[in-house]
Amino acid sequence: MALVEATATELLQRLQTRQISAVELTQEYLQRIERVDGRVRAFLQVEAQSALERSARIDRRRQAGESLGRLAGLPVALKDVICTEGGRTTCASKMLAEFRPPYDAAVVERLKQADAILIGKTNLDEFAMGSTTETSAWAPTSNPWDLSRVPGGSSGGGAACVAARMAPLSVGTDTGGSIRQPAAFCGITGMKPTYGRVSRYGLIAFASSLDQIGPLARTAEDAALLLEVLAGHDPRDSTSADLPVPAYSQTVAQPLEGLTLGVVREHLGEGLDGEVEAAVREALRVYQSLGARVKEISLPHNRYAIATYYVIGSCEASSNLARYDGAHYGYRTDEPTMRAERAAQRQAGTGGKQTSDLDPPLVEMYRRSRAEGFGAEVKRRVMLGTYALSHGYYDAYYLKALKVRRLIRNDFDQAFQQVDLIAGPVTPTPPYRLGEKVEDPLAMYLGDLYTASANLAGITALAMPCGFSRHGLPLGLQLQGPPLEEERLLRAAAMYQTATDWHQRQPAGLD
Amino acid sequence: MSLTRQDVAKVATLARLNLTEDELDMMTGQLAQVVEYFELLGELDTSEVEPMAHAVERTDVFRDDRVARSLGRDAALANAPKRDDECYRVPAVLGD
Repeated sequence: MALVEATATELLQRLQTRQISAVELTQEYLQRIERVDGRVRAFLQVEAQSALERSARIDRRRQAGESLGRLAGLPVALKDVICTEGGRTTCASKMLAEFRPPYDAAVVERLKQADAILIGKTNLDEFAMGSTTETSAWAPTSNPWDLSRVPGGSSGGGAACVAARMAPLSVGTDTGGSIRQPAAFCGITGMKPTYGRVSRYGLIAFASSLDQIGPLARTAEDAALLLEVLAGHDPRDSTSADLPVPAYSQTVAQPLEGLTLGVVREHLGEGLDGEVEAAVREALRVYQSLGARVKEISLPHNRYAIATYYVIGSCEASSNLARYDGAHYGYRTDEPTMRAERAAQRQAGTGGKQTSDLDPPLVEMYRRSRAEGFGAEVKRRVMLGTYALSHGYYDAYYLKALKVRRLIRNDFDQAFQQVDLIAGPVTPTPPYRLGEKVEDPLAMYLGDLYTASANLAGITALAMPCGFSRHGLPLGLQLQGPPLEEERLLRAAAMYQTATDWHQRQPAGLD
Repeated sequence: MSLTRQDVAKVATLARLNLTEDELDMMTGQLAQVVEYFELLGELDTSEVEPMAHAVERTDVFRDDRVARSLGRDAALANAPKRDDECYRVPAVLGD
């Protein structure tokens, strides 16, 4: 078996027992990236040199008998929305094409302390807004199972690189499903931890009350390994939970006795693809055969989740992205061109239909920089948010959505009094073709039907493979758990993975 | 409440975004569709519901009042599109 086919947990064990060196392992992944990524395009940057140097240092330290961190020598990829000091962090946006953060994100510090090897930055939808990676300013990522299809998004590069065996682990972010949906589309395991479980310090903000960093991995066991390193209190993020982090990797293999799974009446049925539904129902039968009880429950406000999410998410995005003004960092419009055009406009006596001709040069610079630096989807979200927050609409949209958000949270609180976890689909359909939805924003947004509510409620949720469509495309199962119950979620997922082998399948035809 | 082209142009001004005529047309259609979808929320009576701004409703999160290292000037200016030794440089704030 090729080295890259082993799980992160297996690789770590081989590193620890010195069957392989960190340099060998890193080289193996770099070669794999070299061979495969021209077609998948999961990476925006591969840090070959620094990864090899770091690997060599780890090997020397291991030789010298020094104590090493928990992920010592294991390559990890990062979504390119997470700041790395001095290294380009672009958010897949022209706006930040040359941005080099002055500090590391908290999760990057933690990975470095754990002696992980940061192997590269992965592609995403611009500023993490999208469900396909097609809004990336650079190029879309392809689904490793079928290169003509989307890998999901926004952490599409992160999911695709794990599925295509170009990295054993990667770090993504999930604002409305951006870890779980690409995990489902790529046939891997991805988790959105509870809001506050992982520090957002150094994560470039999209929607601050919804964003959460989490692991993308091949198995629940591997996700546990990575989450254990990512999670923990950080005073630099005031929403960070000041609670001890359980040793997820130590307990993940223990099955749960007397597990009760809730199945949401509103999740199965209308709007759900038949193959996804059949795979989810089969997964429930697997759980029953493992001793779990399945109970039907209701989340009556589930149908309002998408509207609520797109109001709140867009409002927060418009506010967060106001910082991109061309003044402090990021893209600025070409000033000589701007001056020449203003002079010509003035001379011709035309100001255009907008009020832009009345703006002083500074404001004109903002408007041009933002128009040239942002792509279409980011502009749509900024516009939606600005509209919903503007005078006369605030109560009708933003405030209303905040109230419905509480109703959605209350639904979950009530559900978790009756069941331990909720099981259901991740996405309404299997992965679709590149280009299929890119011109129809609302259709794309509706794909977040099963995922966005977990972000609104702040609970934890996980996606993992539970079958394949007749076209050989991965189908995902979602498990949702009460706040801070990541351990329960991971154990339940691992239980399923000991009884099934969907997570061991790998895309063919990449070699 | 249907979104017009004029509304969209006004929002673009508020959002500090120059939109081309084509973008305005496209955006008007797409945003109107999404905003119409938002009307779904109007079905619910929320008069007795407290708004929920955050999933974790923590307040008064303080740190110790101790001096800590902050970003130095050079690091803060390092990504500026235009700068001098100590400031960001921008086009004229008033007039041309």
